[in-house]
Amino acid sequence: MTTSLEQGINTLKAAIDAPTASYFSSCVHCGICAYACIFYTETGEAKYTPMNRLEPMKRLWEQEYTVLGRLKKLIGLSKAITQADMEAAVELNFESCTTCGRCSMICPVGNDIVYMIKKMRGALTAAGLAPPELKGAAVRAIEKGSVMGFPMETLAAQVRAAEKETGIKINIDEPNVDYMLLLSSAEVVQFDEIIGSLAKIFKQAGVTWTFSSKAHEAANPGMHMGAKDIEAQQIEQMVAAAEELKVKNVISPECGHAYMAIRWDGPNVIGRPYPFKVFHIIEVLDQLREQGKLKTNACCTEEPITFHDPCQAARRGGVNQPQRNLLNMMSSNFVEMKQHSACNWCCGGGGGVGSLEKTEELRKRIFHRKKRQIDELGVNTVVTMCATCRNTLEEGLENNSMDVNVIGLTEAVANHLLKENES
Amino acid sequence: MNEVELLNWARGPGLVGASFIMVFGIILRLFEIFSLGKAKEYAEVRSSGAMGGIKTIIQRSIPEPRYWRYIGAAYLFHVGLFVVIFFFMPHILMFESVLGFSWPALPNFIIDIFSVLTIGGMIYTLMSRFTNPSRRIMTVFSDYLVWAVTFLPVITGYMTFHRFVGDYTCMLAIHILSVELLMIVLPFSKLSHSFSFAISRWYTGSAFGKRGTL
Repeated sequence: MTTSLEQGINTLKAAIDAPTASYFSSCVHCGICAYACIFYTETGEAKYTPMNRLEPMKRLWEQEYTVLGRLKKLIGLSKAITQADMEAAVELNFESCTTCGRCSMICPVGNDIVYMIKKMRGALTAAGLAPPELKGAAVRAIEKGSVMGFPMETLAAQVRAAEKETGIKINIDEPNVDYMLLLSSAEVVQFDEIIGSLAKIFKQAGVTWTFSSKAHEAANPGMHMGAKDIEAQQIEQMVAAAEELKVKNVISPECGHAYMAIRWDGPNVIGRPYPFKVFHIIEVLDQLREQGKLKTNACCTEEPITFHDPCQAARRGGVNQPQRNLLNMMSSNFVEMKQHSACNWCCGGGGGVGSLEKTEELRKRIFHRKKRQIDELGVNTVVTMCATCRNTLEEGLENNSMDVNVIGLTEAVANHLLKENES
Repeated sequence: MNEVELLNWARGPGLVGASFIMVFGIILRLFEIFSLGKAKEYAEVRSSGAMGGIKTIIQRSIPEPRYWRYIGAAYLFHVGLFVVIFFFMPHILMFESVLGFSWPALPNFIIDIFSVLTIGGMIYTLMSRFTNPSRRIMTVFSDYLVWAVTFLPVITGYMTFHRFVGDYTCMLAIHILSVELLMIVLPFSKLSHSFSFAISRWYTGSAFGKRGTL
């Protein structure tokens, strides 16, 4: 056995905990999880059945942690995990699973399948099998401070541009303010209107905030890799920055996975609670709305709009209501997709899948679910709150020649604010 | 050994032995699960998660209407098994002799309907292991054994009640022995889902509850 395979197996062994054991004990091989998975429903390929992705992990659990399985192993009735098993698992756990967690919502015995997929990914990473795109992103995030590899100066330049555009001063490294804001790389260079949007919203609401020059990247490739040590390094950088600036609140940007990493995974991978609170940006905006600090046009748009829930923020992260409150504030014609909130369908780009070159064709196929959902409603605008979802939606709509606009929720809120001379 | 002796053995030492193995097995399996432990939660939670856990234990017992055609037969035979096991008069008498208390039985014709539904549901579920792609890929050989071990008590019970074949005493003995086989296999096969389902639903539901999804 090679050292890397051994490392992979040992990592997997260590990752099996009581919930995992209960999940494998409960699975009756009914295969219903497949019907919750876009990779199965859109391709009809049985190998994408969510529980099927975990076959090596199940075998290891049985061999190591059940008396009967140990006996079977002893008399040679069960096979050890091979390099080939692990390599096959890369396709099923990295390339065709967005960790959207929809399967976890419908399993009759209640298995949280994604909880185990993440562990499986960690084992594959330990075995040296993580996709190179993710490895590269993780290295850039830790060494350069952003997953795209641009330096802090890029954010600083974008901040200056936003200041110029809005005429509002934006802080970097300002201590003792209400909030420290993190962004994902895509929001810094691609959807950079979010910076100016937030400057306007926060100024009107009287909220003080800052960026940190030590940590601004919220996207965490370590989490996609299931590699807690890598994930923790980035979290530690963020915690140190927040502590240095003595902020009481850290804001996660729209990006769903960033929220999952910062809000829920973070304290667990570093093994201690944070000395500050973490909010999703949309939670913060909804709090401001509730406090009457968002001065908006009383009248709202009548054009029908819908919302795409990012899996990690909504289903996995628990942010389901704030976006709806904000949308109803802005529109008199907000329509829901048939399946939404905790049961939404993934866009197909999450969990790192969107960044893998190999997955391009597959992504085109699985986008059909989202396409049908949008077609059913006949809307021209889809609002979302995640840079990855936004990219995936734009790409998918383009591929399908659909004339539908995609906008970020924060930007939409900013556009809806009363201009100062109007108030 | 004649039929009467076989029946007496099945009702006596056989049942005691099978019960012992089942209880011991369940305790062992529970120990196997819980001894693995669970990492402490350091994130600031939105709720204790208890409500989410309880909700999930209850809600997942109700089939999603959307998936009815894939899972309806399976739910049907689970309900059927429950009714037949716990509300057939002779079964209640057996439980009473062990537990010391009883509850009202359902009329035999209702038990009969549920028996037929259970048998039908089980046969349909078995067939779907061949025809349904996602179920087929998950299926391993032991799934058929486990199905057979569950089906035997149902079909022998039905045959005994209706006195379809052979000697009543002999059929009854076979029925009871098949139940004992089921009891022995239960903890050590995927039939362990009969108790671990509550644990897995609890873990998932409470995690979702903590994050505010449920």
